[in-house]
Amino acid sequence: MRLTLRVWRQSGPEAPGHLAEYEVDGLSADMSFLELLDVLNERLALGGEEPVAFDHDCREGICGACGMVVNGRAHGPEPTTACQLHLRSFADGEVVDVEPWRAAAFPVVKDLVVDRSALDRVIGAGGYVTAPTGSAPEAHATPVPAADAERAFADAACIGCGACVAACPNGSAALFTAAKVNHLNTLPQGAPEADRRVLSMVSAMDAEGFGGCTSAGECARACPAGIPLPTIAAMNRAYLRATRRP
Amino acid sequence: MAVTGAVMLAYLVAHMLGNLKIFFGPEEFNGYAHWLRTIGAPVLHHGWFLWLLRAGLLTAVVLHGVAAYQLTRRARAARPVRYAHRRARTDYATRTMRWGGVILALFVVWHLLDLTTGTVNPHGRPGQSYQNVVATFGTWYGNAVYGVAMLALGLHVRHGLLAAARSLGLAGARAERALRATGTGLALALTAGFLVVPVAVMTKVVS
Amino acid sequence: MPQAEPTPPYARYRLGEPLVDTAAPGGPIAERWDRRRFEAKLVNPAGRRRHTVIVVGTGLAGGAAGATLAEQGYRVEQFCYQDSPRRAHSIAAQGGINAAKNYRNDGDSVWRLFHDTVKGGDFRARESNVYRLAQVSVEIIDQCVAQGVPFAREYGGLLDTRSFGGVQVSRTFYARGQTGQQLLLGAYQALARQIAAGNVTMHARTEMLDLVVVDGRARGIVARDLVTGRVDTYLADAVVLATGGYGNAFHLSTNAKNSNATAIWRAHRRGAYFANPCFTQIHPTCIPRSGDHQSKLTLMSESLRNDGRIWVPRAAGDTRPPDRIPQDERDYYLERLYPAFGNLVPRDIASRAAKNVCDEGRGVGPGGQGVYLDFADAIARLGREAVTRRYGNLFEMYQRITAEDPYRVPMRIYPAIHYTMGGLWVDYDLQTTVPGLFAIGEANFSDHGANRLGASALMQGLADGYFVLPPALGDYLARLPRDASWAVDADHPAVHDAVFAVTDRQYALLSNNGDRTADSFHRELGALLWDTCGMARDADGLRRALERIPALRAEFWRRVRVPGSGTALNQALERAGRVADHLELAELMCLDALHRTESCGGHFRVESQTPHGEAARRDAEFAYVAAWEFTGTGRAPVLHREELTFEHVHPTQRSYT
Repeated sequence: MRLTLRVWRQSGPEAPGHLAEYEVDGLSADMSFLELLDVLNERLALGGEEPVAFDHDCREGICGACGMVVNGRAHGPEPTTACQLHLRSFADGEVVDVEPWRAAAFPVVKDLVVDRSALDRVIGAGGYVTAPTGSAPEAHATPVPAADAERAFADAACIGCGACVAACPNGSAALFTAAKVNHLNTLPQGAPEADRRVLSMVSAMDAEGFGGCTSAGECARACPAGIPLPTIAAMNRAYLRATRRP
Repeated sequence: MAVTGAVMLAYLVAHMLGNLKIFFGPEEFNGYAHWLRTIGAPVLHHGWFLWLLRAGLLTAVVLHGVAAYQLTRRARAARPVRYAHRRARTDYATRTMRWGGVILALFVVWHLLDLTTGTVNPHGRPGQSYQNVVATFGTWYGNAVYGVAMLALGLHVRHGLLAAARSLGLAGARAERALRATGTGLALALTAGFLVVPVAVMTKVVS
Repeated sequence: MPQAEPTPPYARYRLGEPLVDTAAPGGPIAERWDRRRFEAKLVNPAGRRRHTVIVVGTGLAGGAAGATLAEQGYRVEQFCYQDSPRRAHSIAAQGGINAAKNYRNDGDSVWRLFHDTVKGGDFRARESNVYRLAQVSVEIIDQCVAQGVPFAREYGGLLDTRSFGGVQVSRTFYARGQTGQQLLLGAYQALARQIAAGNVTMHARTEMLDLVVVDGRARGIVARDLVTGRVDTYLADAVVLATGGYGNAFHLSTNAKNSNATAIWRAHRRGAYFANPCFTQIHPTCIPRSGDHQSKLTLMSESLRNDGRIWVPRAAGDTRPPDRIPQDERDYYLERLYPAFGNLVPRDIASRAAKNVCDEGRGVGPGGQGVYLDFADAIARLGREAVTRRYGNLFEMYQRITAEDPYRVPMRIYPAIHYTMGGLWVDYDLQTTVPGLFAIGEANFSDHGANRLGASALMQGLADGYFVLPPALGDYLARLPRDASWAVDADHPAVHDAVFAVTDRQYALLSNNGDRTADSFHRELGALLWDTCGMARDADGLRRALERIPALRAEFWRRVRVPGSGTALNQALERAGRVADHLELAELMCLDALHRTESCGGHFRVESQTPHGEAARRDAEFAYVAAWEFTGTGRAPVLHREELTFEHVHPTQRSYT
């Protein structure tokens, strides 16, 4: 099969960018979208052109490294990561637009690569349990209801790819932040720091220049880990409760 | 936004229900309009309640608008570059929040000039609310402006209720579905309740 | 004596001095870890701030080590090539983590986990290390639960466990099929806390390209900022490598695309011995490749073999769709060959059997490189719902990748490189042969012998990072001189030398202007390794590889083309450097495989098998760790042997027939 790619090319953070058009032929429907970029890059390299830079690593949908907006959708048309998107999701001859995540908090590094370190700093603000190595009590000392463990897991499944921010019309990181807040606040181990966690993570999120949540719901639709929208409401509840407590 | 939105929503429900009194004829409707000015008497002076209400509503509207403006500014700053590949957002109601809000604000100004001060009302007599209403909906533009505004209101309320509930942390995973239904129901009820008046005027049920 | 016939020049290795683990404490095995910790010198808490430790890698081992060292008060400089420390490939581990908690009261104990691990490693691991691993396993679960890792739980709120990989006790803790992810996020969160507190300086998107050795001790690294291209030196009192394994030498593996051997290989070139490089593990249940474009292989949990039946057509060249092949024309070969264990034989046996039937021309799918894993019987027996409950997410993943519905069409699977047991040689303190250079997690060779048990990789990574490394490293730091003689600055000749080596190589790659991409060499190397040093190895094939690899390497340096510049983000340059190192490491893997003429664990020599076609170990000759010393690119290395003794677990031949 054949596709026409229009890929965002930008040589550096300050450089102007543009959509460059490439025809790629001889493709198989079983290829992943990143393998399509591999094929394109191999060709560009042999022609002396710079290959398209893009983040990727595990290529099985769990590390969260890959991320690009394909035809206006974060990670493309399937509810998964770009590495798990296959060419069978496209029609032969289709024109496909590929752009980097767009958000002020995610400045473009090069081509499709953006800087997502803001998310790490949000975690650093409180997305942990203070449990220095060796200080842990016996694992069975605190039973956790299976339903709570399941709920915590559902939020902990976030892969930190940033698709929620890229898809949000407001550039908000509320879904990402909420997932971590709720994962830890749901568990008894995370309870002692629950108030401080939500207050400081939300303020870190705001300080990083993410936009506010207006409940547009695009984040949850784009999320490859299936984090649901009500997660944000739960964070807001925790936040309001925390602000009311002395 | 959530709190001010909730204040206005509560007012709208009361307003819509009050409007329906128009079906009981001019005396009762005008009497109702008069009664609104006497609420709180004798503790409150004539019309004070209404002025307090107006002050409250005005505050809510202003705060709601300021918050919306700030959110929009923040969103612009957080997403300064648009995608080259434009794609319509999935949910129509969420897409129309900002412009819908502006439309509603403009409508409120017209609505006040029309039926509160009577400035732009074809009949425009204080104390004759019934006749004023009938006069407005006797014009094509009155119906058009009102109709568009009420559709915008429905969309605004449908998304707004859910968004407000989420902001206030009320929408848990389980409550989400109930809230969604409430939002849609309330939006439909308000739009229908408000629109039934001009329709009745047009069809001469009320005249 | 295992002196190989001297055909290719590289195969002419020399035998050096035997290697002895001088850090290993004596005494009863159960007391050795306590004794070592007690004997370790301590660094005064107030003095810890004065010590800087470099940690390279942020997976389970590196993340855990960085966080723990920082909590203890050391200054940590941490590096990862990814954009965030949360992405290291530990995150992709699915199955679970073993621990000898004995919560099921099913007879598990530290002794049993120790015993199982030594035996599972086919008697090529050190008893002392493995015993310690089993001891520490218990604390790991406590630590992870305290961090908020959402392990699966019973309705009563207690932790759930399952049995894994044919083990008879239920000791594997898990978080759905994403255990690695959850454990890594736990370590990452602890690390993030230390980063925010200023105790860890995190250098993301920064790749270590060389080791700085001053007066025989590891004193720092040379690393390239992958965004700006800046090559910088980072100096410290000790260096910890937690950079994972070298499975990507095979090009196609279940490793992350960017996982690489550069850090350990560069350390090897600077004097760290490389142990047992031929011990690589192949996982039987991966999704087969779909064409030449394939960039990596995806593993599916081994648990699928609990209910799926593996078969191929009886006749070679049978290309009918599976539902058209009648039962009596199918060969359920594992059930036929191993009636006692059937589809649940260990990983290496299942993998080799799949290779054999494919070599006979009976493989299925594109290229004939696959066998069926059929759930028709399981669905008929248990119902579709029960199958969905057990394997739903795996079926979904399979369908997403292959566009085939495993509820209707049998899955196709094929073995793939998955894990490397070999790695830098370390002593009981996880210190390499370069003082001050430590290797933890998959980067070292220490605990899995010739074969790793399922759910033990996560255990070892966290054991090393949280519990084993910190006291051992403290002991090293406490014994350092405290005077001006210890000071070293960026003008030291050793630093210049390392920086020059890095920039020189980078320049050579960028200015070559050839006509092949690094990827094309990687693919060629991978295919060669898979054929000759993969599931089954023989002397002819390995000699062929040892002839071919130097030629391929020469061709690489002659013909490789790396576009772009060195002063900006350049992923082609990153990849070319990694491929260049794989081209050197591959040679050592083949040499090690050639010299070890026995079969053991993941290393199957065709010449050494039982009459039943099973791996035949030769303990009298090969009960040792092969630690290789570097002597120059393409020059035969020196072999140092560390004899292994078994006081508690007595070597027996595995048998599954």
